[in-house]
Amino acid sequence: MQMEEFKAKAQEVVTDPKMSFHQRRHYMAYLAESSLDYPEISDECAHALEKQIICDLFEGNAPYRPRYLLPDYQKALAQGSKFLELEPPTDFDDALTFLLILYTQVPSITGYPVYLGDLDSLLMAYVDDVSDEHLYKSLRRFWISLDRMLPDAFVHTNIGPHDNRVARMILRLERELYQVVPNVTLKVDPEITPDDLIEDGVRTVFENGKPHFVNHPLMTRDLGDKYGVVSCYNSLKRGGGSHTLVRMNLREVALQHTGDIDSFFETTLPHYAELTAELTEARIRFLVEEAKFYEHDFLAVEGLIDIDNFSAMYGIYGLAECVNILLANTGSEATYGHDQTANDLSYRITKAVSEFVESRPMPYTEGNNGRCFLHSQSGIDSDLQVSAGTRIPIGTEPSMFEHIEAVAPHHDFFAAGVSDIFHVEETARRNPEAMVDIIRGAFAKGMRDFTFNLTTNGFIRITGYLVRKSDVAAFDEEGGRHGSTLFGAGSVENSHVEDRAVKRVGVRERTPAGSSQ
Amino acid sequence: MSARQLGHLNNYLSFSLVDGPGNRFVLFLQGCNFNCVVCHNPYTISLCDGCEVCIPACPENALSVGSNIQLDVNLTTCTDCDICVDVCPSDSTPLSRYVTVEEMLDAMRPTAAFLSGVTVSGGEATQQPQFVFDLFSAIKADPELNRLTTFIDSNGAASQEVWELLAPVTDGVMLDLKALDPQTHLEMTGSPNTEVLSSIRYLSQIDKLYEVRLLVVPGANDSPDALAETAEWLHSVDPKVPLKIIGFRKHGTRPEADVFEEPTTSHMAGIGTRFEDTGFKDVLVI
Repeated sequence: MQMEEFKAKAQEVVTDPKMSFHQRRHYMAYLAESSLDYPEISDECAHALEKQIICDLFEGNAPYRPRYLLPDYQKALAQGSKFLELEPPTDFDDALTFLLILYTQVPSITGYPVYLGDLDSLLMAYVDDVSDEHLYKSLRRFWISLDRMLPDAFVHTNIGPHDNRVARMILRLERELYQVVPNVTLKVDPEITPDDLIEDGVRTVFENGKPHFVNHPLMTRDLGDKYGVVSCYNSLKRGGGSHTLVRMNLREVALQHTGDIDSFFETTLPHYAELTAELTEARIRFLVEEAKFYEHDFLAVEGLIDIDNFSAMYGIYGLAECVNILLANTGSEATYGHDQTANDLSYRITKAVSEFVESRPMPYTEGNNGRCFLHSQSGIDSDLQVSAGTRIPIGTEPSMFEHIEAVAPHHDFFAAGVSDIFHVEETARRNPEAMVDIIRGAFAKGMRDFTFNLTTNGFIRITGYLVRKSDVAAFDEEGGRHGSTLFGAGSVENSHVEDRAVKRVGVRERTPAGSSQ
Repeated sequence: MSARQLGHLNNYLSFSLVDGPGNRFVLFLQGCNFNCVVCHNPYTISLCDGCEVCIPACPENALSVGSNIQLDVNLTTCTDCDICVDVCPSDSTPLSRYVTVEEMLDAMRPTAAFLSGVTVSGGEATQQPQFVFDLFSAIKADPELNRLTTFIDSNGAASQEVWELLAPVTDGVMLDLKALDPQTHLEMTGSPNTEVLSSIRYLSQIDKLYEVRLLVVPGANDSPDALAETAEWLHSVDPKVPLKIIGFRKHGTRPEADVFEEPTTSHMAGIGTRFEDTGFKDVLVI
């Protein structure tokens, strides 16, 4: 970037009336970073990056902090912090204050911590002599502080898989406060987590769109039991994290391809898969060898993170479009999510990418035995005509069971996260046990991470009578002739999620600095 | 082992959130002994008599005279347009079919991990007691399916013998009470309610009554006196029974139901309160 261009952009940022002081400072830092040279990559790699066939998610030219880090908060609480001049807390309120202070010192790509710890298990050690009333008051204050002090939608906490009173109180506060922050994941182990806690989670989803449910046994298989789900459903090792996230746009890769499907797997896909790896490697080397983050940051010095627990996320997205384009090239009309041939091709693609990632050595990724973690990337707001990760395009999802059957086989490959959203009838609100059934079934089918959305604009069975398919078709065409009678009473006034104030809270990962350029 | 009874099925759903506790597989059996003015699924009332009126009406020519009384349906050309159902002079459908117990078990297997159980609805499930018994017995005996609970959604017009047959393999019954007053019941359903009331009493005694559903049709069965008597009678029979109070909705009903209005939300809420005031703890108004 030339100096004149830099100045013009900086001027624009500091005078932008739409941005708060903090946002302006964040963008100014991004601009400064953008004025530096990009880590050295091949011309081919630079070209693919420029064409957005591969994408660094606008992390910046000179990575000086890991994308995501997951401090070992348990260790911090036990040993205190020299850097922050804090003794180990000895009671519940001190523990909350300790954590709040520490959070302000945890970097990430967004500038806010993406992981707050597994707050229920962290806090259980301090609540033995805390009354329910005290627990409620202090945790409520803490919860409001998180939302106001860390206003980013990717600030994320985990609870479960064990039932306990802190987890219950967190869910209660979620239903009560309707905050965007923090994002919440409920770890579910079918053997350990009682139905009752899952059902509490389901009731919370109906109120506030959170939590996501994760398959704890599958996570521990891939990451060990010290893992956390952070940011936008990225699962990583605690005490570690991810240096960077580079993603391959499979739609664009498919558009580059000429030839049949087999040759896609022999030439085009491995070509761009390697360029993605090259970009990842260059970014990791800069962060570790030039910026030397892991040598000087107090989190590393005090042992709250360890570079040996880190890896990098290797992301893919646009699988649906990739499949549909490759099939259309052969004259087939089969589409992902609806036809077995298309689904089979999609599994072949994720398997091929997974095999590539497993075979490609990567420096400083001891957290995953010298390899990247595969991640199904769920998109940023500048993505157009391309579906998140391995998701079925929005609006074309089949019925829930078919939906689960179609996407579940992918979940096995994505240790660093993959998630789906299922749309359920408004009537589910009256039958949360049914959602518990579906969660258990989905995990039995191998799903890793998902949540629900209530659909309030569809054709809904109120109670046990059949709705004919012809009625559904008529409903779609006539735009809801029966609408007022078929929607569950109170659905609209109960959907708080849509009208909550999101303006104050940023979504700094989905709308990264620079993504509009 | 003697051959299991065939079931006469209208249709089934692999996932249902509204037919009992949890997520359920639901079979809608064909044929009902009531003829309710406000029926939402009138095409499940009668069995097809083979009159063939629907054959030329089908725009896809998917229907033909079958080997027995049931018509043959070409499922590859059928588009679910339901014109055959609309032209049927007998409140039936050529699309219902006979199914075996094994066929139904196989249909449940793929989604079994997602289910709390199986519900048999209708039509009127108790009109085919042997099939329901065979189906539920087979579920209970199947190592893959035996954790599923078995429920019946019924209009209550079944004899004690039927319930005695079904009770050992049935976990719960959801039962409709359309009206306590015999005359009102007769007008609304075409049948007396003697058996319905006996069924409620009997199922409560043997602890199989999962819930009673009360349909509210404004002007037909919701006078303050009728509601008070219903509440009092139900309370005397089973003060703990969960109640689901369902407002009449026009969807799917025949033209003779046009004279009725759908109840307002506040009217329904008032009725819910009335039942709660009588002492019922578990009242859900829909």
